[in-house]
Parts: sequence; structure tokens; C-alpha cells
Amino acid sequence: MTPRVFLVDDHALFRAGVRAELAEHLDVVGEAADVDEAITRIPAARADVVLLDVHLPGGGGVEVLRRLGPAQSETRFLALSVSDAPEDVIAVIRAGARGYVTKSITADELADAVRRVAAGDAVFSPRLAGFVLDAFAGDRSPPVDPELDALTAREREVLRLIARGYTYKEIARDLVLSVKTIETHVSAVLRKLQLSNRYELSRWASDRRLL
Amino acid sequence: MRRSSDERRLSHIRDDPGRTLMCARGLHAIIPLVHLPGLDRISRQRQGRVIAGVCAGLARGLALDVSVVRLGMLLLSLAGGFGVLVYGGLWLALPVDDDPAPARPVHRVDDVAALAVVLGVMLVLRAAGVWVTDAVAIVGGIAAVGVVLVWGRSGGTESPARNPTAAVRIAVGVALVIVGFIAFNVLTGDLAALGRSVIGAALAAVGIALLFGPRLARLASDLTAERRARIRSEEKAEIAAHLHDGVLQTLALIQHRAGTNREVAALARRQERELREWLYGSPSSGVTTLSSALTRELAAVEDDQQVPIELVIVGDAPLDEPARAMVAAVREAATNATRHAGGVRVDVYVEVDDDALTGYVRDRGAGFDPAAVPADRRGLADSVVGRMRRAGGTAVVRSQPGEGTEVSLSMPRRRP
Repeated sequence: MTPRVFLVDDHALFRAGVRAELAEHLDVVGEAADVDEAITRIPAARADVVLLDVHLPGGGGVEVLRRLGPAQSETRFLALSVSDAPEDVIAVIRAGARGYVTKSITADELADAVRRVAAGDAVFSPRLAGFVLDAFAGDRSPPVDPELDALTAREREVLRLIARGYTYKEIARDLVLSVKTIETHVSAVLRKLQLSNRYELSRWASDRRLL
Repeated sequence: MRRSSDERRLSHIRDDPGRTLMCARGLHAIIPLVHLPGLDRISRQRQGRVIAGVCAGLARGLALDVSVVRLGMLLLSLAGGFGVLVYGGLWLALPVDDDPAPARPVHRVDDVAALAVVLGVMLVLRAAGVWVTDAVAIVGGIAAVGVVLVWGRSGGTESPARNPTAAVRIAVGVALVIVGFIAFNVLTGDLAALGRSVIGAALAAVGIALLFGPRLARLASDLTAERRARIRSEEKAEIAAHLHDGVLQTLALIQHRAGTNREVAALARRQERELREWLYGSPSSGVTTLSSALTRELAAVEDDQQVPIELVIVGDAPLDEPARAMVAAVREAATNATRHAGGVRVDVYVEVDDDALTGYVRDRGAGFDPAAVPADRRGLADSVVGRMRRAGGTAVVRSQPGEGTEVSLSMPRRRP
């Protein structure tokens, strides 16, 4: 089944570009240019995946997630941005996005990422993987909640390979695991990123505000 | 580059109308300027001035300590107000110079000589009857030394907290001023009680103004500077919020739509990189860390080869020998990868931990069979592997036909 995609981006030119690129792979069912449009149109569009720009007039992608979040359990969000500022990335992930990709991604990779998010998995760009490794590497203080505040060795390994530009399939082959297992690891990292109360995580994001 | 454009943008803030240079076309147009052989032209100077910059200008022109010149001027004022007349005359006569030649080194012996001249002039004036009472002169002299000590050579603009010598100097100065005023009240005890208390109050007010005036002025100018800095960063944040998003979006789109036109894509990517660096770059633009060196080197490779390079760095390290070797090896591997990547992105990942620097350079080109290495790839293996080995690290080239190539680099960090 082809996933239904909804685009939220304040630049009409970019929406048109993404729409053209995705049209052959996916079913683009709607567009919105700001937070208010997104709030009113997304529920009606019954999209599987919303491609959400981080910077939007009216509060940004975080605001869309915050206002729409609980009502839209069947719609998943993938952040797509030109902003590489870690605090923006972390904020949108913590608000509930299932992943983050930059706009330099190729059409094929984007289509692949959308399908993955539609299937309930998480998607990390190499840069986000680097962010996460950096954020969880910083300190040596014992984690308050070991379940959420530290990465396992395997998760680190997977993130490192993502940062090196490997696809899930390549990672699976490299580590002699199934793609499904890799997806599970990445989803676990996403959950930690969303739920961990690590002080370092927020401090790290604000320290690195200007990357 | 970035800094100079910043300054251009700020010049309109800095050049407020109050500072417009006003060249006095008064007396000095008629009277030839004092110009002694071997000395700089004497002029008034706004920088470091207290009143009109006469003393600051004299000190620079005569290569004297500005504190000595100020002390001399104050002492001469005790001689029936002679110093005030000299000051006023020079104020009118000397031109303003906002961009003086660099100050020459000050010799202590010149300072002592200048003070001797001042004392000599005072004695002559005393003999000529241009004088106050001896009591006032002595007490005033003590107070003058105190005031000059407090104001220091920079017009009270240095922070005592940051400079212990300044703190001691200020403490001694304050003590001298207080001693001076008390002595004055004691020595003029024959004045009527009313007059004494009025004069005392006036003197106290003057003393307080002299002691704390420069500090208050400095506080005010600090606040202005802070406000300017804030306006500047707000301005930049606003540009970032409203303008950059649109421009970055457009540049991203151009890269997407450039298709096989690598030149266009590379141009857009370069513009994007430069804008990003300007917007998000740290103000200290020196290349002193592994990450800044890698960013710069790989940007150069990107420009040369017109292939996008995605750089991810975890951690950072100072640019020491191992880091330099890593940067050089990554650069070489990346240059090679771009030639084989077929225009598709090259991924570079560098990680810093306590023991080692690790780097990976990956392309998604045709790849090759390591058992039958093509000649150009042999060159890569030899040069990168050889370079890393000489620097005490290792390099491994991994490739399969159809799978692209990855060069793994590892370099132990120097133990501190």
C-alpha cells in the first residue's frame, strides 16, 4: 500500500519540488503553509505521514505536534528541515516526530524514509545519529534511569553506522542482524531521546545551539 | 570575511552623530603649532581624555606618562590658577587628532624631569606673587597627587577587581584626597564657622565627584556598549529567523533540481555552506580544533571536486599532531572518494574519544575488488595507509564491486 503523505512547509517552491519528487513513489494528499492550516487540514486528509518543516510561521513544527499530537494517533510525523540546529532537532523529536531528515536528502531516500515512518519505525539522518551519539556520550555521571538515560553498546554501534552513511540494510548485513532488529534498535533510541530526562540532553542542545 | 561584513553592518550604529569629528579652526590656524625636533606633533586627543584631551595629547606628544602631565597641570593650577589658564589656552590652540600616531615608549627620567620643571615654574610664580597661601598649596598638592592616583593613566576606566595594582593605587589616592581635605579644614580653622562648613561641604561634594565621576561615566558607557552588542545579536537572530530559512530552502531546492549539472549543484551547496557558516559559525573564527579544520578542508574538497560531502563529527579535540594527521588523511581519502562517487554524496564520519580519533570516508561509487586493485586505488591505499602508518595510526580500505568503498582511519591520541 502506498503511504499517504501530507506536506507542511511555508515555502511553496519547496512544497512543489517535494511533491514532484515524491509523486512517482508516494501519494501526496495535501499541503499546508503554516501552523493553522496544518491544524485544520491534516485531520481531514487522513495522511499516514506528515512531512513537517521545523520552522513555520505560527510556532513551528513543534507547535503543530503539540496541538495535533493526541488527536492524531494514526498519523506519524517526519521532520524535514534545512535547520541543523540541535535544539530545533531535539525539540521536534521530543514533541513526537518519528524522525528527522535534512532537505539535502535525495528523492529515493526521502521516499524510503516516509515508508519507514509509515510502518512505525524511526528515521535518523547521519547528522541526527551524530547528534545523539554526542548528546549521550558527554558525561560519565551514572544515569538516573538506566532504561532511558544511556545507550546500549549495540545501539551505539547502529547509530555509528547510520552516521557513517549506511542504510538499514547495509547495517544489518554489517552487524549480521535482521533489518527488523536494526529498526527496533533505532526505535529504542528514538524513545530514549523522547522520554529521557537527562539534564545533559537539554544542556547539550542549548550548548550547541549554534552548530 | 564574516567579521568585516559584521563591522560594515555595525558602522552606522557606532558612528553616532555626537562623535562627528569637529576640527577646530581656531587659534591654531594662526599660531604655528608647538613642534619640537624629535617630538610628535602635539594635539588634543579624545581617546583617554578626562576633560578636553589636552593632558592626554601632551603626554603622547611629549612622550610622558599622562598621570604626570595631569599632576603637573593640577600643581600649576595651585599657583594662582596658572595651570587653569595654561589648560584653557592649549584647549583653544591645539587641534583635535582622532587618529594619532602610536604612542612612543615613556621613560621615567622624562617624567621626573617634567615634574621638576613644574616645581620650578611654581617656585618662580610664587616669587612673582602669583600664588595662593603656602598652606593651601601644600594641602592642594597632596590632594592633587591623590586625585591623579585615583584617576590613573586611563581616566578611571580600568576595573580595580581585574587589576590589583589599580586597587592599591586607588586606595592610596582616596586616602591622600581625604587627608588633603581634612588638612585644609584644619589649616583654615581661622575662617568663620559658617564659611568653613559651607566650604567643607562644597569640597566634599567636589571630592566625591572627582573620585566617583569616572567610574559612573564608565558604567554608563559599559551599558551603552552592552546595549549595542544586544541590538547586534538580535539583529542577527532576526536575519537568521526570517531570511536564512528561505534562502537555505531555495539553495536546497536548486541542489535537488540541478539533476546531472554538477556545477550548479556544487555552486548552490557552496553558497549554502557559506551562509550556514556565517549564521551559525562561532565568533572566534580560528582553526584551532579538529572539527573546524575538518570542516574547512572538506569544504575545499567539495569546491574542487563538485561532489557533496556530508560531514558528521562526534566530540572534538584540539588540533594537535594526531589530529592534524587525521585531518590530512581524511582529506586525501575524501578527495579520492569524490572521484569515484559518480557525483553522489560522500559520507565522512569522525569520532573523538579519550584514546583515539576514528574516521570513516565512504563513497557509493562502483567499488572494486580488493584482490584486483585498480592502479588508481592502489595509489589511495599506498598514500593514505602510508601516511597514517608514519603518524602512528592505521588505515583500512574496504570495498566490493557495486558496493562503494569505505576507508577506515584510526589514530591514537597523544597522552597528556
